[in-house]
Amino acid sequence: MTIVSQGQGRRVKPVRRFGRRPGRLAAEAAALLIAAVVAFPLYWMVLSAFKPAGEIESTEPRPWTLAPTLDSFRRVFGQQDFGRYFLNSVVVAVAVVVASALIAFLAATAVTRFRFRMRTTLLIMFLVAQMVPVEALTIPLFFVMRDFGQLNTLWSLILPHIAFSLPFAIWMLRGFVKAVPEALEEAAYIDGASRARFLWQILFPLVLPGLVATSVFSFISTWNDFLFAKSFIISDISQSTLPMALLVFYKPDDPDWGGVMAASTVMTIPVLVFFVLVQRRLVSGLGGAVKD
Amino acid sequence: MTVPTDSGVLERRRVRGAHGPSRPRGGGRAPGKALRPLHAPAGTPWLYLAPALVVLGGLLAYPIYQLGLISLFHYTQAQVSGGEATTFEGLGNYAELFRDDQFWQVLLATVVFAAACVISTLAVGCTLAVLLTRIRAVPRLALMLAALGAWATPAITGSTVWLFLFDADFGPVNRVLGLGDHSWTYGRFNAFFLVLLEVVWCSFPFVMVTVYAGIRSVPSEVLEAAALDGASQWRIWRSVLAPMLRPILVVVTIQSVIWDFKVFTQIYVMTNGGGIAGQNLVLNVYAYQKAFASSQYSLGAAIGVVMLLILLAVTLVYLRLLRRQGEEL
Repeated sequence: MTIVSQGQGRRVKPVRRFGRRPGRLAAEAAALLIAAVVAFPLYWMVLSAFKPAGEIESTEPRPWTLAPTLDSFRRVFGQQDFGRYFLNSVVVAVAVVVASALIAFLAATAVTRFRFRMRTTLLIMFLVAQMVPVEALTIPLFFVMRDFGQLNTLWSLILPHIAFSLPFAIWMLRGFVKAVPEALEEAAYIDGASRARFLWQILFPLVLPGLVATSVFSFISTWNDFLFAKSFIISDISQSTLPMALLVFYKPDDPDWGGVMAASTVMTIPVLVFFVLVQRRLVSGLGGAVKD
Repeated sequence: MTVPTDSGVLERRRVRGAHGPSRPRGGGRAPGKALRPLHAPAGTPWLYLAPALVVLGGLLAYPIYQLGLISLFHYTQAQVSGGEATTFEGLGNYAELFRDDQFWQVLLATVVFAAACVISTLAVGCTLAVLLTRIRAVPRLALMLAALGAWATPAITGSTVWLFLFDADFGPVNRVLGLGDHSWTYGRFNAFFLVLLEVVWCSFPFVMVTVYAGIRSVPSEVLEAAALDGASQWRIWRSVLAPMLRPILVVVTIQSVIWDFKVFTQIYVMTNGGGIAGQNLVLNVYAYQKAFASSQYSLGAAIGVVMLLILLAVTLVYLRLLRRQGEEL
């Protein structure tokens, strides 16, 4: 998204000459059509969430509804402990986002502002760590959590997610930390700032847009996760998260489509909001601080 | 997920361009190095790295080690509950796995499915990226917003929505296509195809946005010159854009390979845990089912190790390509 905004700032001169007008109109029509197709599943999700039961389970589905209702949402929110699930999801996501952003900031600073032995090795290891199939580690993590008595607690979701979002966050933040000119660091020290002061009062605010960008990704992967929630929260469902609340409505033989669509809508909206909020933040951040 | 990495790459390249070819790896002349002895003791970077290393060591490296260990033992429900002692099996689990026809079938399905996903995602993403460059702001914004929406949709909600769209009884797709009550989840290829559609839907935006940004960074003079020389659209893409975008295409391809090889949620939700008689299993779901559904933890762990090794091989190829492009770490 960052890139998009950068690109749009710099108007590209049209390569085409005037003779190509019809071609461009066709391309634009195609683009609009594709946009409609791509957006259709989301439209259908929200629409179905508001449809009355009779219209959802109809063999003549219509792309509109004349009798919107909140029945499906009532079923979702009326579910036992739904608020609890939502809160759990928020707690886990926020904890992961904050913790991984801070830890990654320190680590990214270490690997970009210092030269030391094993630096390259470490970087390669961070890269390799990104490729580890998280799902395969569910088995050993299950035993680790069991041995530490953390099954059925939110820690069993928070800790692994911090670990899995770190390598990517470090890798990504590197670019942002690197882009802060070294002259600034020198100036700060000359003015008598301590290392800690430079780190938290100068570097941190400058890198914040990058941190926000990183947080989108750790937020999404944590918010969406249902494998850990399914595997580690086995008996105490009051510690469960949103995806599990959604799956309650989804019984393969006879799914409650209205409930599924309403729960999906509830689950998707925070992510969309986060995307939009962060995008604005990113644009201003990249436009200002990081440019040198 | 890596867009920002790419933006990082672009950003860095831009910055480096502005500074001229600076190569901090070249030793003591880099200003960063000159600073260190003045202001920081040698241990400082390690102090900064400590939290990250502790977390990664405890929750990534140690579980990987455990995964390898479990795959060498006989480990089922009896051992988990402590009823029986664990016995060392050596490579016995792997031998059992490699003798199992279903494993090879699942491996083949995983590779073919991942390849199909990667190729479709790249084709759709690149085509739309090129399309984005030839249209005005309003349709471009529409397509971009739709793509961002698909991108932001959680895998699990995306899966249920697509399933509903293609539902045999109540889905709009069968009505529009006039397919009656054709079931998309019954046949093996139908089910894989449906999952593929969902995977492409939620992963093409990443490719599109990244490649679009890449095309934007190509100087327009180059494209103009090619157009003036009478090159066709396809020719411009193949002989001008693709070579210039190679670094970005490499990142996007490798990233897609890694994701699509690891697809879990979509298969698990859309085919209800691997399809009828496991016909839609991929390695990831297979390992999970072996471990948590049939309590054969050691077999599941062995499958996990196989996946890990395959992805490691992909990563090594990635690193080589990065190195060859002179991308400094």
